[in-house]
Amino acid sequence: MELKTQSKIFCACSTAFGAAPNTQCCPVCMGLPGALPVLNEEVLRLAVMAGTALDCRIAPVSGHDRKNYFYPDLPKAYQISQFDRPLCEGGHLDIDTPDGGKTIGITRIHIEEDAGKLLHEGSRTLIDFNRCGVPLIEIVSEPDIRTAGEAVSYLKKLRAVIASAGISDCRMNEGSFRCDVNLSVHRPGTPFGTRTEMKNLNSFQSVQRAIEAEYARQVSLLEQGEEIHQETLRFDQKTGSVSVMRRKENADDYRYFPEPDMPPVQVTAAQLARWTQDMPMLPDARKQLYISRFGLPQEAAAQLCYPRVRADCFEAAAALTHAPVVLARLMIAEVFRLTEDEESPIPIVPAHLARVADMAAEGLVNNNNAKRIIAALWAEDTDPDAYAQANNLLQLRDRDTLAAYARQAAAENPGMVQGYLKGKVNLKKAIMGAAMGLSGGRADPVLLQQLVDEVLAAAAE
Amino acid sequence: MNPSDMTVRGLIDALHNRQLSAAEVTEDCLQRIRHAEPALHAFLACDEALARSHAAEADRMLQSGDAARLCGIPFAAKDNICTTDFPTTCSSRMLEGYRSPFDAFALTRLKGAVCVGKTNMDEFAMGSSTEHSAFGPTRNPYDIARVPGGSSGGSACAVAAGMVPFALGSDTGGSVRQPAAFCGVVGMRPTYGSISRRGLVAFASSLDQIGPITRNAADNALILEALCAHDAQDATSVIHPRRDFSRLMAQPLNGLRISIVKEMMDVPMQSAVREAVTSAVHLLEKLGAKIVTLSIPAVADALPAYYIISGAEASSNLARYDGIRFGHRAENCTTLEEVYLRSRSEGFGQEVKRRILTGTHVLSAGYYQQYYAKAQRVRSVLKYQLAEAFRTADVLISPTAPETAFRLGEKQSPVSLYAGDIHTVPAAMAGIPALSIPCGKDSGGLPIGLQLMAPAFCEELLYQAAYALERETGTGADICGEVRV
Repeated sequence: MELKTQSKIFCACSTAFGAAPNTQCCPVCMGLPGALPVLNEEVLRLAVMAGTALDCRIAPVSGHDRKNYFYPDLPKAYQISQFDRPLCEGGHLDIDTPDGGKTIGITRIHIEEDAGKLLHEGSRTLIDFNRCGVPLIEIVSEPDIRTAGEAVSYLKKLRAVIASAGISDCRMNEGSFRCDVNLSVHRPGTPFGTRTEMKNLNSFQSVQRAIEAEYARQVSLLEQGEEIHQETLRFDQKTGSVSVMRRKENADDYRYFPEPDMPPVQVTAAQLARWTQDMPMLPDARKQLYISRFGLPQEAAAQLCYPRVRADCFEAAAALTHAPVVLARLMIAEVFRLTEDEESPIPIVPAHLARVADMAAEGLVNNNNAKRIIAALWAEDTDPDAYAQANNLLQLRDRDTLAAYARQAAAENPGMVQGYLKGKVNLKKAIMGAAMGLSGGRADPVLLQQLVDEVLAAAAE
Repeated sequence: MNPSDMTVRGLIDALHNRQLSAAEVTEDCLQRIRHAEPALHAFLACDEALARSHAAEADRMLQSGDAARLCGIPFAAKDNICTTDFPTTCSSRMLEGYRSPFDAFALTRLKGAVCVGKTNMDEFAMGSSTEHSAFGPTRNPYDIARVPGGSSGGSACAVAAGMVPFALGSDTGGSVRQPAAFCGVVGMRPTYGSISRRGLVAFASSLDQIGPITRNAADNALILEALCAHDAQDATSVIHPRRDFSRLMAQPLNGLRISIVKEMMDVPMQSAVREAVTSAVHLLEKLGAKIVTLSIPAVADALPAYYIISGAEASSNLARYDGIRFGHRAENCTTLEEVYLRSRSEGFGQEVKRRILTGTHVLSAGYYQQYYAKAQRVRSVLKYQLAEAFRTADVLISPTAPETAFRLGEKQSPVSLYAGDIHTVPAAMAGIPALSIPCGKDSGGLPIGLQLMAPAFCEELLYQAAYALERETGTGADICGEVRV
């Protein structure tokens, strides 16, 4: 993923996304003769933060290595990366799966520079070098992931952790969060099979589909008695199929060797202490806090603790409400439904969300109307009390009024009442629904239920 | 006063005392270049008009009284040092006409000095005779049938022939010292990191160092003082703890411990070279130095290790010359691979290709451990043994080269050329400073070079010994004013 720095990894050029081609380049990132790289300390800081957030060991000394290959988007004809001495090693990330929690091991995290972009225009190819030298970290996980669902869950959690810590924007559509999937299949109790690699999957959905397609392909090959070759595959988003990009056996020999233009990367104890001290609260810690301070059920806490936009919104509103559990329930039910994707901003001020939760908790509005208010505030954020008042959403709790609705519902649906009395107990719900409908959905459901029960009891006599 | 026969020190005095103007000094150098260049071919580029305009600017600064020390002093730079005023070709067809958008850091340290041109070299600094220039060889001013050494042959020749009072070279495995020895001038390879490599076109990054070439030790110390500075844009640049070499140079040799490196004398060499080095050691002893003996066995393995490491780094450093953005691009290519193949085949000379191929091989899967990793171990052992040696000696002594300047075309086999680097490679591999000074001539009148090596950041010890010898022998590099045609 791309690190959120102002300037590139080895020079002072801007990393801003979307600039006109070749306007953010200098002799260093263009690899001109005589230009030399110098490591941007901010890159090191963010990479160390990533390592710390994923519980890795941070190497006090790690190396820069050159990965040599020719390609027009790589102006030096080598990429400065880290080969056998990465900055971070041996971490883990805990994810949620349908079967409960699971720990995914992190093998290593290393820093490296990005390459440029080729722009194909008809018969010619142009090169935009703006992205050359944009700082990246590569996070390699252990072979612990077993299903496409786990892979997506891992990626979502990873993105949440990295974004929460301010390490990367993690924008898949801008390429600041890219992923390669390595996949192998094997029968239980046998060693891992030969793996294939699928490159640059640019959405969670592609990851899911690519894994499913490749799993099916490998299983089918093996069932036909064929072998899996170690190769790099391309996933076609349109057809949902995978095709071979290149075989590993004729792949380049990258001739890695230590980068002689720079001394080894050093992280001092003082730097480590200073940088990790500023670590913001990460999703797992937030989850624990929601459970202990706000009394949220485990599952609700897990759903609210990331992404950052949701966690921040929940925390701000929770600080203002007397009913954080109701708030959590309303957010998960309604706010989550309304957001286009998990990262979309929430256009309701936390104070209003908190007020709706209070209103629901105090019985001023019923649950459905609380959701209606949220939907309305989503379209145009306004005072929830005033909105409820103006739109007749406040709950009706007057006993006589509600009793009249109960009676009317019974009178208008004699068949249902008869059916109920003959043992079709489910029909009580329908009668209750009719009574609620008569109240315009505003009746206090507990009181109304009680009154419907009374009417039905009277009819039975 | 004949400016082109003067030392840098003499010129500084004359310029700051207004006895001479920068215009006069520059004009004299240009005249000498016009006179000697047809026979010697030391330069790849020389711009008289530009030199005159820089000299005029220098005169204005000198008049205003706030001129830098080297203001108005003409000099030349090896053609692998980036200049905005001249193309930077590294004597390669690959970079023919290439102009860098920035000046090398070292050049910016010489503010006010007048760069008259760029000097010839072995292509991409790979070679020790300047015969491997795509633009024709440079000749030795002592005998134009002979090579000036290399790869900084143009710079050493220009200084020796009085075309410029000093020049910048670069030394990867001996490329400043060996041509200095062949041309009878003083060449310094400073401690690795002392002079920023920014703007020095890379050959082997862990070995490359810029170094000054001058007519005597005092001038050399003075130029090095100007060049040494920390550069935040070179991650291997260091803050040199001692920079007042000129002052420290004049200290007496009392008790300076010197030692000949036995392993460097136990190799085949011309008897005149052996004798000149031995008598220089005796002279130093007479001047107050104390002789000690020691052994550095790893020296024997330094040469092959050097060719592995420098080749490996070169294969990577020179990969950027791919015909895509700058440099030579082959015409009428239909595929990307063809652009790469043909541009590089056409743009690089034979010696460069040989090094790229060797370097690519030693880094290849399956060979890395056998070659590159092993060479790095040799390098570590060598560093360690040299550090140990410096516990008993302050300065180590050897010839700069096993022979004096050879004839053009004499060495056809690359291995025989490589063997000539045996004395200069160890200091480069260890990153320690080493100085070559003239120490006599062979029977044919060709200069012999003496190499002095010191611990990292102890350049002053080298200048101290060199300065003492120069005072005693009254030489300080005679100037080969008249080219023997």
